[in-house]
Amino acid sequence: MIGRDLLGIEDLERGEIELILETAERMKEVGRREVKKVPTLRGRTIVNLFFEPSTRTRTSFEIAGKRLSADVVNFSTSGSSLKKAESILDTAKTLDAMDPDAVVVRHQVAGVPKQIADALDAPVINAGDGAHEHPTQALLDLLTVWEEKERVDGLTVTIVGDILHSRVARSNIYGFLKMGAEVRLAAPPPMIPPGVEALGVKSYTSLREAIDGADVVMVLRIQKERLEGAFFPSIREYAATFGLDRAKLRYAKDDAIVMHPGPVNRGVELAHDLADHRPSVILDQVRNGVALRMAVLYLLAGRAPKDGEPAEEER
Amino acid sequence: MSRILIRGGRVLDPAAERDELADVRIEGGHVAAVGAQLDAQGAEVLDASGCWVTPGFVDLHTHLREPGQEYKEDIASGGRAAAAGGFTSVVCMANTQPVNDDPSVTDYILDRARQDSPVHVHPVAAATRRLEGGVMTEMSALVEAGAVAFSDDGHTIMDSGVMRRVFEYSRLVARPVIVHAEDRTLVRDGVVNEGPVSTRLGLPGNPAVAEAVHVARDLMLAEVTGAHLHVAHVSTAEAVDLIRRARNRGLHVTAEVTPHHLTLTDEATLGYDPNTKVAPPLRSAEDVRACREGLVDGTLDAIATDHAPHAVHEKEVEFTAAPPGLIGLETAFAVVMDLVRSGELTPLQLVARLATNPASVIGLGAGRLEEGGVADLAVVDPERSWTYDPAKGFSKSRNSPWAGRRLAGRPVGTLVGGRLVYHVDRGVLVP
Repeated sequence: MIGRDLLGIEDLERGEIELILETAERMKEVGRREVKKVPTLRGRTIVNLFFEPSTRTRTSFEIAGKRLSADVVNFSTSGSSLKKAESILDTAKTLDAMDPDAVVVRHQVAGVPKQIADALDAPVINAGDGAHEHPTQALLDLLTVWEEKERVDGLTVTIVGDILHSRVARSNIYGFLKMGAEVRLAAPPPMIPPGVEALGVKSYTSLREAIDGADVVMVLRIQKERLEGAFFPSIREYAATFGLDRAKLRYAKDDAIVMHPGPVNRGVELAHDLADHRPSVILDQVRNGVALRMAVLYLLAGRAPKDGEPAEEER
Repeated sequence: MSRILIRGGRVLDPAAERDELADVRIEGGHVAAVGAQLDAQGAEVLDASGCWVTPGFVDLHTHLREPGQEYKEDIASGGRAAAAGGFTSVVCMANTQPVNDDPSVTDYILDRARQDSPVHVHPVAAATRRLEGGVMTEMSALVEAGAVAFSDDGHTIMDSGVMRRVFEYSRLVARPVIVHAEDRTLVRDGVVNEGPVSTRLGLPGNPAVAEAVHVARDLMLAEVTGAHLHVAHVSTAEAVDLIRRARNRGLHVTAEVTPHHLTLTDEATLGYDPNTKVAPPLRSAEDVRACREGLVDGTLDAIATDHAPHAVHEKEVEFTAAPPGLIGLETAFAVVMDLVRSGELTPLQLVARLATNPASVIGLGAGRLEEGGVADLAVVDPERSWTYDPAKGFSKSRNSPWAGRRLAGRPVGTLVGGRLVYHVDRGVLVP
């Protein structure tokens, strides 16, 4: 069984990760039906609380909730970090008064889902908070690798790019380590987070060394506007040194796969043809995202209500 | 004038190296006698058995928020919190609204303090107008009005040329310049100590080197100008080391460290509690160890709270948006008792760092307990166990990382000018 909330992979045990992945495997079957809907969460309300614009993740959660027959409500506020700070507690209390069965939170500042979870009765699912965690992304990545390689134990996974600002990197570091993989990081030195070795990973400044013998190469999106000139000199230099193309990929294992959380900056962190064709599995990641989020919603929002009513009771 | 006999306490006076069981008789606002088995002579008797009787504590770093932000704290509430913490004198920072950069503001603060505060209040004036780091303030007039030191505190002066002139000019008034040493170009948007913890939290890191770089610069500027540099809230091993070497070379540099930087590491921040957000940030275990060593060996003269009240609604926001700072007047003694329990400091040495040394940093005659001296005293129970609830404290704010914690060690009585201004069972008694 897993905890009340899903705030990060750091909090999960290996057994909990496995339970989620196995549940997601079963959910994939629903997506292959002609009528892609089951009544599991009928009468349940799921709130997508997105403080940061996100089309992909929000849509993925929305589809996942709808395939389980939940009522999905999108509550989006454009919360630029420059805007006036709003009371997290106020937001949480307002939501709580509407009795949701699960709240999916995305925020540009690390820790906000935890702050909301502390003040809310309903389970909270972190859909990405600042540079902290993006647990459902890591879980869908694990699911994708699991399906491709039929194991995670003993694999070598190299994460390339802006580790410093990446919640996807952090969640994947925890996830792959807990599932028994070796995790390597490759980035220009300013984008390697200080003290990251304490998490149990090795960092490299040479892409070639980092992907030497790797089973999985996970490429992160570079936020060009924010980083160019401050964390690396230019896009051209970044693409030349850390951009992944077929020539550089040769150093990885012959059957290595390439992953990317999307959206891809084509020709920057990933060569155009590599983004669209094997060995990249980017669309499988997206497909698995829906099933994985169905599994998480089922496990967290599908629990018996606090007053003890059975979950499936007709109203 | 009231007469009080403090009976049966352990009298600790670092200035006289006195550490003995004795009675203290107070008359006419002064210490009339210290000795065994004194006759009460009709004086009110305060039982101090099991307690320490010490010079009143002196806090070199508080934010009383008045004028301008009275919803966070004011001179009355901050003064009461100080009294409840065993402090008889507090030094308050200049970042009020308006800024204390003009003698009229200094006058206002001192006037309010005379009317509202149970403890002495000593204002720090801004080093530059409006804390903008450009034009220096009228130091001579400000000292005349009662300012005891100069500082732009958190608005660290980044322009080295301006800082040099401030140091030079401060010699005219022979007052310390207090520096919040953080190179802002290195801090940038950092909110937690840079390292494994900032990486786990995914929050922007504030590197230890930001403090060291700035301390190094100001030590060099203080050396060439001959000014008295006082380094506020030292938090890193590198800064302790730089200050130690400068003192060994004979520079006029003093320094303080806070209870939180002596006892909490950045791991306290792992739950994203905005009440653990402070500037400089809580640091690594190694930094905490170095700060404690620095306090023990005298590199760091004094313990100062950096009491920084913020309203609940200001802290109940995203970690990055919450203002830095925590309140510390009422918990300071209990928190730093840790250094006595660990054997790092003797009780006498601790009292020196809470009372005698900070008084001497700003040239106050306080911090002593001698016959004939002004009776600013604290009676503290080093063992008394209590649960800290900021809502029941005297500060208007509640932003404490120790909220709800069981603490050991508590002031039971505070005397200012021979008057009992606080008693643990009776509360604040004046004004």
